[in-house]
This record gives sequence, structure tokens and C-alpha cells, in this order.
Amino acid sequence: MRHDIWTYIMVMSVATIAIKALPLALIRRQIANPFLRSFLFYLPYVTLAVMTFPSIIQATQNPLAGVLALVLGVVLAWFGAGLPVVASACCLVVFVTESLLSAPV
Amino acid sequence: MQGNEFRKGMRDGLPIALGYFAVAFSLGIAARGAGLTIAQGVVASLLNNASAGEYAGFTTIGADASYLEMALITLVANARYLLMSTALSQHIDPKMPFWQRLTIGYDVTDELFGIYVAHPGMLPPAYAYGAMSLAIPGWAGGTAFGIFAGQVLPQRVVSALSVALYGMFLAIIIPPARKDKVVALLVVLAFASSWACGIVPWFSALSSGTRTIILTVALSGAAALLFPVKEEAHAA
Repeated sequence: MRHDIWTYIMVMSVATIAIKALPLALIRRQIANPFLRSFLFYLPYVTLAVMTFPSIIQATQNPLAGVLALVLGVVLAWFGAGLPVVASACCLVVFVTESLLSAPV
Repeated sequence: MQGNEFRKGMRDGLPIALGYFAVAFSLGIAARGAGLTIAQGVVASLLNNASAGEYAGFTTIGADASYLEMALITLVANARYLLMSTALSQHIDPKMPFWQRLTIGYDVTDELFGIYVAHPGMLPPAYAYGAMSLAIPGWAGGTAFGIFAGQVLPQRVVSALSVALYGMFLAIIIPPARKDKVVALLVVLAFASSWACGIVPWFSALSSGTRTIILTVALSGAAALLFPVKEEAHAA
């Protein structure tokens, strides 16, 4: 049975707004528990990393283009390139790679 | 004074809004892939203002997973905002009315959080509203354009633009990985385990959202036990 997309959107919106707005609106003191603090500190990096790989390789038509985008993105970000630069460089390398690979000989 | 702060917020919000338009375009392509209409994508972006959270949500929609899984994956993908929102509560006038705190909190993003905490002293609400007045339409407009143009643009362009989101994720996770060895180790382990779980028999049968939840909680929990953060934890 297909679920309803509008219901999905409402569920995700309520969850997002709750997690973003409620701490700011309600919490007036810092979280003291060391485990919880550490867990919350590491969590964003792990989630984003899990969602990035191997998806970045599966998103492109040619996996090699995705691999190159990953490598270039990691190198640029490592050396301090900002978010828009990294994002557009990844797009560009995929476009160039896929254009070259499918070019008529 | 209030108008001045609003304009300052708009000035700092403009480059953020332009970046959002590009990244949200990529998100719009993902939304279209999951079967969302332009109206659905715009409403989702207006209410969520979240790259990873919306991407995870659209993937969940595409997989036709349960509403419970949708709620869980959204909470996990947005969990870093719990920390940012908590940190921001320290930069806000304790006398600020509840509805204003709620309004600013609703549009906490990595980039807006960055300029809010960089603002000297207590955050003036007008400054936040100035930045939000550009960031929100930039994000929703980019999403709409991605859903619309994803149908018109050649496949090779769509393929190239769809990695913008992953580029953004890399720009968020790699700089802290350079500074902190534990974060670097976690990123490598997350890549490896995410890849492995897509292949290992029992795990690969789970939806990608469920795998993300399990891996995130397991790896972050283990790291928190083994390497508790000592000094002031700083969010992405």
C-alpha cells in the first residue's frame, strides 16, 4: 500500500521543527551529561558520512564520475574550500567525466 | 535600530541564500525522484529548511517506508540541530518571548547558526529575521526549480547536479575531521560500514533509512563511550 506524500511531509516537518525549535525555545541551561554531549557532538558527522557514501557513487550515471567527485570533494574540503566551492566542483567533475566517457571516438 | 539589524541580517543572509538555491536545486532533483510535485517540494522545504533531513525524508518517501521510520530518520538526520539550538539558547535574551524563540529556532541551519553565533553579544531577533527573509525563499525556490528543471534538463546535467548535496555534506564533515582524529576515524568507519551494510545479506534487506539510523546510533554511541569530548563541544 502506498503511503500518502502529504502525510509524510507533515510527519517530517513536525519532527524537524520540534528538534530545531524546542531546545531554543525551552532549554535555558547547557547539557551537562558528558556521554550525551559527546554523542550529540559525533552524531552529525556520522549521519552525513553514512548518507554520503556509497550514495555519491550511485547518484551518477557512471560510478567513476562519482568516485572522482568524492575524491575531489574530500581534497578541496580538507584544504579549506568553502561549501559552495566544494559542491560546485563535485558537479563539474561529474559533468566533465561523464561527457568525456560518452564522447564519440 | 531594529531596521538596521534587519538589513545587516539580509546582507549576511544573501550569500547563504544564493548557496541554498544551488544546493536546494540538487535536493529538488531528489524530491522529483521520490515522486513529489513542485507544491509538495516547496511546502517540505518551507517547513523543514534542512538539506540532510529533507534528503533523508525524500529517500524515505521514495522507499514507501512507514511513517514511524520517517519520524525517526528525520530526527536522526536533524539531530545536530538539537545541539545547535541548545547552543543558540545561550545567545538569546532570556526575556525574548516564546513565539520569537520558536520562530528563530524553526529556521536553525548550519549556515544561519554560523552567522548567529558570530554576531557579537545577544542575537537581535531582527538580525535573524533579516537573514531568514532571504534564506527561506532561496531554499524553497531552489527546491521548486530543481523539481521543475529536473524534467527539462538533459540527463547528464541532472546527474552532475545531483552530487551537489554530497559535496555539501563533505564540506561539513571533512574540515572537523582534519582537526579531530576521532571524527576522521568516524567518517572513514561510517563510509566503510555504510558500504558494507548495503552488501551484507541481512542488513542489505533493511531500508537505507533504517541502516542510517542503526549505523549512526551505533558509531556515535561507541565514540561517545570510548572518546568522550572533554572541552566545549562545538557544533558543525
